[in-house]
Amino acid sequence: MSGRIEKKSIADLQRLANDIRKDILKMLLTAGSGHSAGPLGMADIFTGLYFDVLKHNPTHPKWEERDYVFLSNGHICPVWYVTLAYAGYSEKSELKTLRKINSRLQGHPNRLDLPGIENSSGPLGQGISQAIGAAVAVEMDNKKNQVYCLMGDGELNEGQCWEAFMFAGNRRVNNLTIIIDRNNIQIDGFTEDIMPLENLKDKLESFNLHVLEIDGHNIDEFIEATNKAKAIHAKTVVIIAHTIPGKGVEFMEFKPEWHGKPPNTEEAKKGIKEIRSLKDQIEWD
Amino acid sequence: MNKSLNKSIFDKKVELKSTRDGFGEALVEAAKINKEIVALSADLTESVRLNHFKEHFPERFVEVGVAEQNMMGIAAGMAIAGKIPVVGSYAVFNPGRNWDQLRVSVCYSNLNVKVIGGHAGLSVGPDGATHQALEDIAITRVLPNLDVIVPCDYEEARKSTKAMSEIHGPLYLRLGRTSIPVITTEDTNFEIGKAEIFKEGSDVTIVACGIMVYQALVAANQLEKEGIKAEVINNHTIKPLDTDTIIKSAMKTKCIVTAEEHQINAGLGSAIAEAIVKEYPVAIEMVGINNTFGESGDPEELMKKYKITSKDIVSSVKKAIERKTK
Repeated sequence: MSGRIEKKSIADLQRLANDIRKDILKMLLTAGSGHSAGPLGMADIFTGLYFDVLKHNPTHPKWEERDYVFLSNGHICPVWYVTLAYAGYSEKSELKTLRKINSRLQGHPNRLDLPGIENSSGPLGQGISQAIGAAVAVEMDNKKNQVYCLMGDGELNEGQCWEAFMFAGNRRVNNLTIIIDRNNIQIDGFTEDIMPLENLKDKLESFNLHVLEIDGHNIDEFIEATNKAKAIHAKTVVIIAHTIPGKGVEFMEFKPEWHGKPPNTEEAKKGIKEIRSLKDQIEWD
Repeated sequence: MNKSLNKSIFDKKVELKSTRDGFGEALVEAAKINKEIVALSADLTESVRLNHFKEHFPERFVEVGVAEQNMMGIAAGMAIAGKIPVVGSYAVFNPGRNWDQLRVSVCYSNLNVKVIGGHAGLSVGPDGATHQALEDIAITRVLPNLDVIVPCDYEEARKSTKAMSEIHGPLYLRLGRTSIPVITTEDTNFEIGKAEIFKEGSDVTIVACGIMVYQALVAANQLEKEGIKAEVINNHTIKPLDTDTIIKSAMKTKCIVTAEEHQINAGLGSAIAEAIVKEYPVAIEMVGINNTFGESGDPEELMKKYKITSKDIVSSVKKAIERKTK
């Protein structure tokens, strides 16, 4: 069984990430509720993950040798749903059912609903513990699966995250890579105004975690960081991915008010147009 | 009396053992058979009797420190990767403190995690109200996918532990700290989801769980001397509830007394009432903690003060019988 999707060039990955962004806007518009900023901001990371980094097989989602992806901040699931559809886990036509009755695309992800969704999450801080659990189980059995956990920065307000970090640092969970979406916003405002996290790198290092910092929109840099993470021995690696919330749609970028709301028709149209021009820019390079 | 029960239940020298010991010993036996069983502890390894497991399978034991929320999440992740995690702590913390993690990380995904709530109930004694879980049945039985088991003695705790390892899905096992009479034997039938009639009777049905099963048998013995024939049902599985056995008994006796070491609100009594009111309404009296917190004291003193002894069952039986004859 082959575990990797055919490799794409970085330029292709960037184009793909922007296609994913457009579908995120469309699905949020159709849903009439949901989160815009986080999913748009994480499109590049998800693309890099599913189309380069991961060992996985969309036709066999429970393949035993797969790498595990845990989403800890479940509310950014639109980007997960779209990426999974593009990767072949589900049909793109299903994306329009987000948050609708009888849909497998729940407002916050449910493991039992959709192939490729590894964990149920929503209440913050829970996915990181689950990811650690999977990593520990894999390690116990001397298996090779790599575990990835995606987290938000506002999520780090939750005490459970720090219980989990303390555990990972102590146990030196080796096969786990944590990716924190450092977009500096949460529902009530900027993270540094609500509950300051800085110096985040120092904090994490003091928990005995190895920290890498990257531009979360540079897919090449992200892929390289995941490779570095695998090479670092006997430590859990945290990749702090600096991202722009709402990335690609100028009127949403850096705006906390876009954390938890969807675009209306006008806004979605404007957003998609902006993302298109972004795509053109890439093609001119 | 059910012939399989311990013949010396009512002797003064009846053997006393705790349900936590039954669990701790049986878990080792279950783990020898099933290599996927792992255990997690939140700094209460010996108290919850996970020390036996730790000694036998150090490589399958995970100490998480005083962090019950993280523990439940780690268990969920281990279950996703194919393990059968057994998470142990005091019931006030597990599932008390980590209920949200139990709900979302475990039950919503229907993961194969076994939750061990130790030191449950008033009988914890001197530690006082903060450590006396009197709400754990309520908060677990309300969760979809989760089974809830309250063994009545050491022997049944052993059987529950083995049985839970053999079924897939999340399960809550409620254990006590103190040594209590061993009322069942190896021969006593035990099946998850199947209530057992321990004593047959025709005047009243006493439905009990945990340490109250012994109290119910003592009460039934006393009532017999007064000419009242009480049927005693050991309802170890709160969920899924064996409604057939309960309804059949209610049809015969026409009144019920429930007995639990737990809040009356939303516990065993409520579960029985929900089933009865839908299918065969009869008078129900409930023995349990009446909307109050506990306090420090010896288990026996506390049970007296908070009215959960065999005497309280006897008086509730009389009330129930009076109600049905009115």
